[in-house]
Amino acid sequence: MTTYIIRRIVQTVVVLILVSIIVFIAVRMLPGNPILMLVTPGELEEYTDQQIKALEHEFGIDRPMVVQYFDWISGLLLHGDLGDSIVNRSPVMEFLVKRLPVTFHIGILAIILAIIIGVPAGVICAVRRGKWQDSIVTLLANIGITAPNFWVGMLFIYFFGLYLKILPVFGYTSPFTDFTASIKQLIMPVACLAVYPIASITRQTRSSMLEVMRQDYIRTAWSKGLKERGIITKHAIKNGLIPVVTLMGMSVGVVIGGSVLIETVFNIPGMGRRAVDAIFNQDYPVVQGVVLLVSTAVAVTNLVVDLSYGWLDPRIRFR
Amino acid sequence: MCAENIVNPVMTDIQPRISGSRRFVRVLSGRWLVIFGAIVIIAMISVAIFAPWLAPYDPYEPDYNNVLSQPAKEHLLGTDAIGRDTLSRIIYGARTSLIIGLITVGCASVTGMLLGLIAGYFGGWTYTIIMRFIDALMSFPMILLALVVAALLGGGIRNVIIALSIGLTPGYTRLMCGQVLSVKENEYVLAGRALGASNRRIMFRHIVPNCFSPLIVVMSMMLGTTILAEAGLSFLGIGIVPPTPSWGGMINSGRQYLLTHPILSFAPGFVIMLVVLAFNMVGDGLRDALDPRLRGTL
Repeated sequence: MTTYIIRRIVQTVVVLILVSIIVFIAVRMLPGNPILMLVTPGELEEYTDQQIKALEHEFGIDRPMVVQYFDWISGLLLHGDLGDSIVNRSPVMEFLVKRLPVTFHIGILAIILAIIIGVPAGVICAVRRGKWQDSIVTLLANIGITAPNFWVGMLFIYFFGLYLKILPVFGYTSPFTDFTASIKQLIMPVACLAVYPIASITRQTRSSMLEVMRQDYIRTAWSKGLKERGIITKHAIKNGLIPVVTLMGMSVGVVIGGSVLIETVFNIPGMGRRAVDAIFNQDYPVVQGVVLLVSTAVAVTNLVVDLSYGWLDPRIRFR
Repeated sequence: MCAENIVNPVMTDIQPRISGSRRFVRVLSGRWLVIFGAIVIIAMISVAIFAPWLAPYDPYEPDYNNVLSQPAKEHLLGTDAIGRDTLSRIIYGARTSLIIGLITVGCASVTGMLLGLIAGYFGGWTYTIIMRFIDALMSFPMILLALVVAALLGGGIRNVIIALSIGLTPGYTRLMCGQVLSVKENEYVLAGRALGASNRRIMFRHIVPNCFSPLIVVMSMMLGTTILAEAGLSFLGIGIVPPTPSWGGMINSGRQYLLTHPILSFAPGFVIMLVVLAFNMVGDGLRDALDPRLRGTL
């Protein structure tokens, strides 16, 4: 087990280093000039060649790429410095610290909701395979993974916000300032963001439970005369949920990606919405910071999932 | 990482053997959702091909006398803010979506298959380098990756295709790599090598054909994913550049008229859902029809 943990941690570190290199190179592949990391394209046009040279020298972009990379990465690791936003000249880190909790708040609620609904729904489908419960839930789950979440958001806004007028259609309030308002504003975005994970967790739970229900030890349990409830809760679920855990880990990426769209639809001042703004404003240091942070989160989640996998499934431990 | 993707061989009871192709047709045609999916896909392809004949109006031509008209006989789904017919734009949007979907999945699957084949076949350092790189790419959520690439390159059909291909390739590589790792252990590969076959011959004549079936399933699903992702990008205004009709872009431009003209956003979204659902259903059907483990149970 220890070897397994160490191997996976080393792998994750390697992946993170690669991620940082990819992000670093991608931003420097910008059409035009790396100086776009420091000024907006509009400003660049007004500069003279000499001014540009001076600026390049001042910020060290005229040095070799490798040196620049190590400079950047050491700044990040030692001081948590991600550079400054070009548009409002404030540190990128400061902005992330402010926006991240919003996205995190919505995302974590969506994942919890997805697990609470998805797992039981999938188990019911598998147990009642071919019955009406199965058909309805499977159909809904299939629709759930195909409906564009931003579109579902607009349906919600139209129906609950504009037509029934029972929920506010946009914005975000911290639960510490006004709890009720916060809950009301969160219902629609969280529900939209959870649609895809609910549906995919339901589908995965259904198929892996079906697989487990065919195993010999389940037949043995039946032939011992155990009750259905006991067989499912004590014998089947434990093994049936292993692939679902992987999927839960993967939903972190899906939810972060989806939050970009959902925050746009509901006008929520989170990280996703701001990342899109930054892309529009060509505020590359912000883009770089967000991408780096998000991919780190995903890589670390994958690590945690794989480690829990080893804990859940002893066969992996001894490989 | 690949090793985790290898399917656990669970042997079901020995079943009387039915001919493969007959079973394939029976499993596929026995499900109404698969048939529904196939019909939708065929309809979408024909609509995309025959768009100029099917569309009642020019999708680019503004009609300032008919701005934001409600659905009526002349305009079945109404018109948008500059009087363009929504139905015609949806019909032409099918072209955009289909072109992007097909080319993206084509590029991503060929690249992914080659990378996965090389990584899985040669193993060792080749495997480590390719797969760690793929792991790194996989830790970017696809929409974010596509967003950044599209931001670097700018919008437009070609750049959206590049962005989405980069987003889709890692998944394909992993799947292919897992397949190759299990297929290359077969005795016929050893036999081929004993007979002096070159690496290239073993890879393309013996391994690739045996890796195909799960990849075809994924291709069908990926078409859906691509169409969805393209819609997302265009919705954010980073994908297809107006005035080219795209479903995601239409949802976005309909947003400001949500209260008075909800159909401007609802109609294209519904079509996206229908088409993606169709691709997924056909993918599901193919998976069941091609999965040897389910032989006899279906």
